[in-house]
Amino acid sequence: MKHTVGKYILGFLVLFLVVTLIACSGGSSQTTSPTATSGAAAPAATTAPETAPQSNVRELTIFWAQWDPADYLQELVKDYEAETGIKVNVIQEPWGSFGDVFFAEMAAQGTSYDMVIGDSQWLGQATTQGHYVNLTDFMNSENLTNSVTEATLTYYGEYPPGSGTYWAFPTEGDANGWAYRKDLFENPEEMAAFEEEYGYPLAPPTTMAQLMDIAKFFTRPEQGLYGSAIYTQADYDGLTMGFQNMLFSFGGDWSDANFNPEGVINSPESVAALEFYKELYECCQPPGMSNAFFAEVNDAFISGQAAMGMNYFAFFPALANPQVNPYAESTGYFVNPAGPSGDHFASLGGQGISIISYISPERQQAAREFIRWFGQNDIQAKWAALGGYSANREVLASDEFLAVAPFNAAFAETMQIVKDFYNIPVYGELLRVSQDEMGRYVVGGEGTAQQVLDAIAAKHAEILKDGGFLDQ
Amino acid sequence: MTSTSATDTAVPPPTTGVQKHRALSDRAIINLFIWPTLIILIAFNVFPLFYSLFLSFTDYSAIAGRPPVWVGFDNFNRVLFSEDMWRAFTITGRYVLFSVALELVLGFALALLIREQFRGSGIVTTLILIPMMLSPVVVGLFWKLIYTPTFGYFNYLIGFRNPTVAPDWLASRFAGQPMPGLALWAVIIVDVWMWTPFIALLIYSGLRAIPDYLYEAAVIDRASSWFQFRRITLPQVMPLMLIAVLFRTIEAFTKSFDLVMGMTGGGPGGQTEVVAVKIYQQAFLGQFQTGRASAFAYMVLIIVIAISNLYIRNLNKMRED
Repeated sequence: MKHTVGKYILGFLVLFLVVTLIACSGGSSQTTSPTATSGAAAPAATTAPETAPQSNVRELTIFWAQWDPADYLQELVKDYEAETGIKVNVIQEPWGSFGDVFFAEMAAQGTSYDMVIGDSQWLGQATTQGHYVNLTDFMNSENLTNSVTEATLTYYGEYPPGSGTYWAFPTEGDANGWAYRKDLFENPEEMAAFEEEYGYPLAPPTTMAQLMDIAKFFTRPEQGLYGSAIYTQADYDGLTMGFQNMLFSFGGDWSDANFNPEGVINSPESVAALEFYKELYECCQPPGMSNAFFAEVNDAFISGQAAMGMNYFAFFPALANPQVNPYAESTGYFVNPAGPSGDHFASLGGQGISIISYISPERQQAAREFIRWFGQNDIQAKWAALGGYSANREVLASDEFLAVAPFNAAFAETMQIVKDFYNIPVYGELLRVSQDEMGRYVVGGEGTAQQVLDAIAAKHAEILKDGGFLDQ
Repeated sequence: MTSTSATDTAVPPPTTGVQKHRALSDRAIINLFIWPTLIILIAFNVFPLFYSLFLSFTDYSAIAGRPPVWVGFDNFNRVLFSEDMWRAFTITGRYVLFSVALELVLGFALALLIREQFRGSGIVTTLILIPMMLSPVVVGLFWKLIYTPTFGYFNYLIGFRNPTVAPDWLASRFAGQPMPGLALWAVIIVDVWMWTPFIALLIYSGLRAIPDYLYEAAVIDRASSWFQFRRITLPQVMPLMLIAVLFRTIEAFTKSFDLVMGMTGGGPGGQTEVVAVKIYQQAFLGQFQTGRASAFAYMVLIIVIAISNLYIRNLNKMRED
């Protein structure tokens, strides 16, 4: 009996090995790759015919991250169903696995989703790998390109940068801003004490120097109060996104227009920005926030530990909710302050809606019709009223929008000054380097800002060369 | 109805109830148990093992939508000559060494304690075993709160009341100043808290198997307690100790991921970036360097097999002696 079973096992293993080899060799000879995939390659030509036969599509699916704006969108699309009879489902995936699930589906050229509201950093990868439909002609002909702010169109929709080729319609604008405790800032005793110590009135900071002064002023460990809560998260992109608020405003950048990081990310301006960020962390961060992102920053603010908190605007509704934040009534919001030379930027978040190239032309056309509907001014106004962050120019400038939430005025101003990390296909590798290196310096206390940024410049250059963005 | 036909009488003698209703032969039952297991094992263990070996020699990204490109030993070279990878190996080595050593010492002490029968010893033993029954992710998340300098009670228990002069364990800071290595120790402490009961349980079973007459003979010969421990207890439980250490070493190498991700995410500044976390970062997190991550994983596998072999060789030698 043992011999027989042994023979079966042996036979199965041999069969398995043969199947493995066939699978491997089959994989190698695949020719289904729709595009050139070298980093600098032009995005794949996935433009589908703009005209399609009479639509039989009765249902559309949008893939998005699991958060409140996705619920708002699900609410909004009920109007679309009422108007057209087409049901729209918003499929939500937790942020942690959102990208993994989407790109795994795309690698299989799946048709589970008709549209995706993808992260701004995905643009390069998704377009060069042929996952998105080119929407340039459609967006231009429908005047959608002019309906949204320039920055959102550039960062959420355009690839390669400056090419005038669009792959997504800006859907959920987002960026970093700051929340602050008005009860502290407007307290007469605090105001007098601050003015006496620093020589100017206490108010929401408009410069980085003021931000530092105020953060230090309110850091009182004996009272359990700390000046500011900032991002330090190590595992994804928190630290890099937080640092960008200082990097760009101090006049630094990740690279020049030709993707050369040397002399740019390690420039004196960038070094000063990183030193500033570390000083802010060391002087004024509530204890225990060494791996902090949006949730931890909001927690620190809500628990009364932080006088100011850096966060994406998308997470500010929680701070304006009295049932969540005991300081909700006295919470104010301000735009990321300007740097020492007057440069004024904020780190970008947010997403644009794209059409998946693997669905049928008929479904692509139905998806276009949906985007056309979604881009209308009145729908965008309703989107904003529901709680979505519209990128529509008119909506952002309207009194209704500015009044509907206490942070909307700061948001509208911020969306004019946003700037983002790389959105090229190798962004994941570039991000890992910046996260690791800056984490060692800011949180780990190793090395100097210059050493860290020199290391980032060298490693980024290597990745960009490997990716074909920089000459060898 | 009552008459019996000739045909009926020709039927073989009646069989037992079991045989009568048995529809499957021995062979069929064997196949029924073996084949599903084999198929599952091959599909989810053996195939990924061989396929990832193939991928480790290729430039391949699981999300790129293009076939793997053969690059020979390039991925292995990159891993071997990468400073970051060696850093991850060093951190993992430290983590494994200190956590397993501490677990062994404390586990032995615990096993000796629970061997003693006292009032309520059953409940105490059950309580002691609870940590190893919890999910590592949950353990990581609640220890993150316990370590919080402002409201966590760990610092309070070790005598620090003021957060400004207390250790910020997960930030590797003490009284606001960097103290490299503190975060790794924080993770080691949690690992020890969680897995010491496992080692204690294995050693306890070894202790229970030691025949009483050995101790009785030693007492008659007026052997000291230390002598009894050194010459009876330790040699008798050594094989089980080695098995416990082997399990924990392998697990500390490969399954430290949940704990680290739950507590520090690999930070601060990569100070707790063990190999499992590093592989995860390469294989996922926007990078999806599947080929390189496979090469890295294979190197870890080779190291784990080498260490396991050393243990097993010692174990066999001990048995022969």
